[in-house]
Amino acid sequence: MARKVENAKKYSPKLGKKELELLTRLSNALAVSGDEQEVREIVYEELKEFKDCMHTDAMGNVLVNREGTGNDRVRVMLAAHMDEVGMMLTKEDGDGLFEFVVVGGVDPRQLVGKPVIIGRKHIPGVIGAKAIHLTTKEERERELKVETLRIDVGLNGSNLVEIGDRATFATSLAVLGPSLRGKALDDRLGVFNLIQLLKNAPENIDLLATFTVQEELGLRGAKVAAYHFDPDIGIAMDSTPANDLPDFDGEENTRHNTKLDGGPAIYLMDGATIGDRRLVKWLTESAESEKIPWQYRQPGRGGTDAGAIHTARAGVPSVSVSVPQRYLHSAAGMVRIDDVLNTLKLMHAALLRLDKNILNPQERK
Amino acid sequence: MMVNKNNDLLNILEMLVETPGPSGSEHLIRTKIEEEIRDYVDEVYTDALGNLIARKGKKAEGGKRVMVSAHVDEIGLMVTHVDENGFARFIAIGGVSPLTCVGGRILFINGTPGVIGMERLEKDEQPSLAKLFIDTGATSKEDSRIGVGDVAGFERPFMNLGKRLVAKSMDDRAAVAVAIEALKTLKETVNEVYFVFSVQEEVGLRGAITAAYGVDPDVGIAVDVTRTGDTPKGVKMDVSLGKGPAIKVRDSSFIADPRVVRWMVEEAKAQGLPYQMEVLEAGGTDGAAIQRTRAGVPAGCLSIPCRYIHSPSEMVDFDDLQQCVSLLTGMLTKEIEL
Amino acid sequence: MNFELLPFVKSMISVAGLSGYEEPIRDVIAPVWQELSDRTWVSSHGSLHAMRYGEAQEPRPKVMIAAHMDAIGLMVTGIDNGFLRITQIGGVDQRILPGQMVTVHASNSGEVVELPAMVVMPPAFLLPKDGSKGSLPQKYLLVDTGLRPKEVEKLVRVGDTISFATEPRELSGGTISGHTLDNRASVAATTVALDILSRRKHLWDVIAVATSQEEVGGIGATGSVFEVTPDFAIVIDVTFANGPGGGGVGSFDMGKTVALTWGSCDHPALYEAMKATADEYEIPVSRDFAPRGSGTDAYDMQIAKAGIPVVELGIPLRYMHTPVEVVSVRDIKRAGRLMAEFISDLPLDFMNNVKWE
Repeated sequence: MARKVENAKKYSPKLGKKELELLTRLSNALAVSGDEQEVREIVYEELKEFKDCMHTDAMGNVLVNREGTGNDRVRVMLAAHMDEVGMMLTKEDGDGLFEFVVVGGVDPRQLVGKPVIIGRKHIPGVIGAKAIHLTTKEERERELKVETLRIDVGLNGSNLVEIGDRATFATSLAVLGPSLRGKALDDRLGVFNLIQLLKNAPENIDLLATFTVQEELGLRGAKVAAYHFDPDIGIAMDSTPANDLPDFDGEENTRHNTKLDGGPAIYLMDGATIGDRRLVKWLTESAESEKIPWQYRQPGRGGTDAGAIHTARAGVPSVSVSVPQRYLHSAAGMVRIDDVLNTLKLMHAALLRLDKNILNPQERK
Repeated sequence: MMVNKNNDLLNILEMLVETPGPSGSEHLIRTKIEEEIRDYVDEVYTDALGNLIARKGKKAEGGKRVMVSAHVDEIGLMVTHVDENGFARFIAIGGVSPLTCVGGRILFINGTPGVIGMERLEKDEQPSLAKLFIDTGATSKEDSRIGVGDVAGFERPFMNLGKRLVAKSMDDRAAVAVAIEALKTLKETVNEVYFVFSVQEEVGLRGAITAAYGVDPDVGIAVDVTRTGDTPKGVKMDVSLGKGPAIKVRDSSFIADPRVVRWMVEEAKAQGLPYQMEVLEAGGTDGAAIQRTRAGVPAGCLSIPCRYIHSPSEMVDFDDLQQCVSLLTGMLTKEIEL
Repeated sequence: MNFELLPFVKSMISVAGLSGYEEPIRDVIAPVWQELSDRTWVSSHGSLHAMRYGEAQEPRPKVMIAAHMDAIGLMVTGIDNGFLRITQIGGVDQRILPGQMVTVHASNSGEVVELPAMVVMPPAFLLPKDGSKGSLPQKYLLVDTGLRPKEVEKLVRVGDTISFATEPRELSGGTISGHTLDNRASVAATTVALDILSRRKHLWDVIAVATSQEEVGGIGATGSVFEVTPDFAIVIDVTFANGPGGGGVGSFDMGKTVALTWGSCDHPALYEAMKATADEYEIPVSRDFAPRGSGTDAYDMQIAKAGIPVVELGIPLRYMHTPVEVVSVRDIKRAGRLMAEFISDLPLDFMNNVKWE
């Protein structure tokens, strides 16, 4: 089913200074669902060469229709979401203190005692907690509710920010040995990889690159983008939890979802999509033949943009490929650089092998 | 002739319920259905998501494009991990209750059989899927014939109790059987009827969403099972087994178009068939997906009363089934006035 | 000023220095204090002492300013598949730990390697029942260095310290945020006092002490009293500021005042004298009540040796013992100035006034 690739240009992505700089800008940007402008700007800046085939749609998705040159090109929609989970200021308590709500799936326990940034100017603030000296043991055993927390921007801070502003963790991307630690790696890694894929796009396909908005609020951007493109196949490039921590009692961890160093995570099923088996096979075969490490994401809950893409119009065979990541939706996630690059490598290798036979109905199993 | 027809319906039903097809893995059941209907339709194809779509008739003067949707998928299990000792952990495909899993038998699409066991429960602890595991008889991970992503359906033989029939996937193979029978029975019609054997209903009506977009019907009918209130201390619901087809007024996914409801009621009256009005407080069907297609489609649902839904022993009444065939065929034959 | 206050505060809260492991912070304070004093030395407990000799003839009376420099933090108790299990040093509310950026001071290779890391909360399914929701007990938390298990085993050993790594940030209205402003804000105020005194006459000997191990029970301060035997001591620490989690009695408006403690640890005559100085120089102070003794070095210093009179100052601080403590720089300056004015006004016979009725 896969086409033979002869004399194909070998693509070996690296995370050099330039790439790390881009990834740092992407990770540190503030783009809470519904206000993705900062990331949209970076995407536009990075993809100047595609300006004639790039546009922003009604919802704010950035769509790039990069056409190939071969015959019988498959129209592949690749989606990476620009938005991140975060907060919005909702009420001023006076003297630089603000009530806030969370946007997207943030565990309130991750908010306490964290530095944050607010608004386009990245005004610094903190989410404090009562001094331990003033708490009781019973109190410390209860979790702190969001309603009791405040964002504090300092004395007389009321002029610097306003209610309605979005906020996120003030975390800077850091390299920790073989790993990256940063916020919003879900899904700026996908944005990063999609930018790289566009710049190195195989000629045998039409690459319909989609930088989506509002994924964290229910795959909302991808829905309209998929309607617009009406692609032959859809692939969400996202990030998925690596719950590969040790069991407290030393039992085998049977629900790790994915593992760091395991390579790109290919989806069989999540809460929003049952991956098209032909696409799953195409990806795993591509990985095997290129000797790229890969893993299945354990079938489970959650969802990616594929959930919206595969039910668009009359249906789009879809699948997801994610970078395994620990601690998503907290102040910082952690990924292995190798996993990021191997995901990019796999996507490139797989796209090179892609032809229309992939959608052969006989291959559905 | 009536006897033969009955046997045909019964045989088709038995074949259908004994073919596995959990959501997303409908290739076996789809192939069987395609073989069964190929000779009776004008066109048949499989769409991007795997829905089997069969057309019968061509829209004539006064006719409408009608979509009839019965889902071919059933609830099932997918393996998430095989541990060192060969035990497999799994998650549900669709609404699987841990209560009906314990001690159950399953059959993987790849042919491997297995049973479901449970970890020790603490006092007052309720079983959850995370406490359950599959034992395929493997003694180690290496020895196991299944791996992450392998899909299984529940395994239970078809049981003919005379008037009542029991099987593991009456939801929604009973409706598929009704749709197939109606498809075969339907002869002359002014309507262009698309029989959609939809996929992935149990995980969120996904097949019907795309099929309806592709077919772009003027009106839609889902055929599905519904709960009953006729068992000891069961749910309060005014639908019983054996009292005829249930005409859905609403469920938790949609409010059936009143014009479609009226169309069903009038046809039942015209044929002198018994029928029951159905208000289902939990559950949804392909009707909801059809209704929300494109600019909107009038849609309803013909329901088959069914006890013990989503258990491995779902029970329907054979008379209800035959009356459903008759009602559906009648509805599709005539000019439709909404 | 000879030294710049804000950069100094920032550099102090950019380093570790957990109780018992104060070297990193001592190394930041020492060069500044050397410039502002006649002599500095380190006590056997690791406290930093800076002596400014007075103008009077020997033997001169001695006043000690004590501000603890140690930090709360975490310590490695075990290594599990490359993840670190932890306990705490000082009082840390377990609820502030998940998702905190930290530095592991890894010593297994023979030298100390600083590893950036973070505190993480394992998914509920990996924990016994009491770890599935609510506030997660500290014993279930892990630290992830981003390194692979083999590398972790090579570098880290049980007993290595883990410090908070939150970066200092200036907030609005002249406030600053970061970890360990408790009590480096007071070290800064002490430095402000030394700086002012370096341009003033003062009769008394002044010994500034950046004490060690306050957070684990006034260990360093007690030793320093024994060693120096001051006539009396000023203890400066942080106190609670109004704001989220604060408020009411014992809580003060940040940026507006210095707290002056009234309680069992504080000699009433010293309180009155300090209050009089504040009034004279129009430095706003508020009374902080500590009838059962305060949780500062004062508690232990008061009963060291034959006992010494103590007076306590407090700088209002929000979110105490979190990595995002907030103080007003103005309060730091205010407290420093109050101490300097008080000390430079001290007459030789001042102790005659420090009496019981």
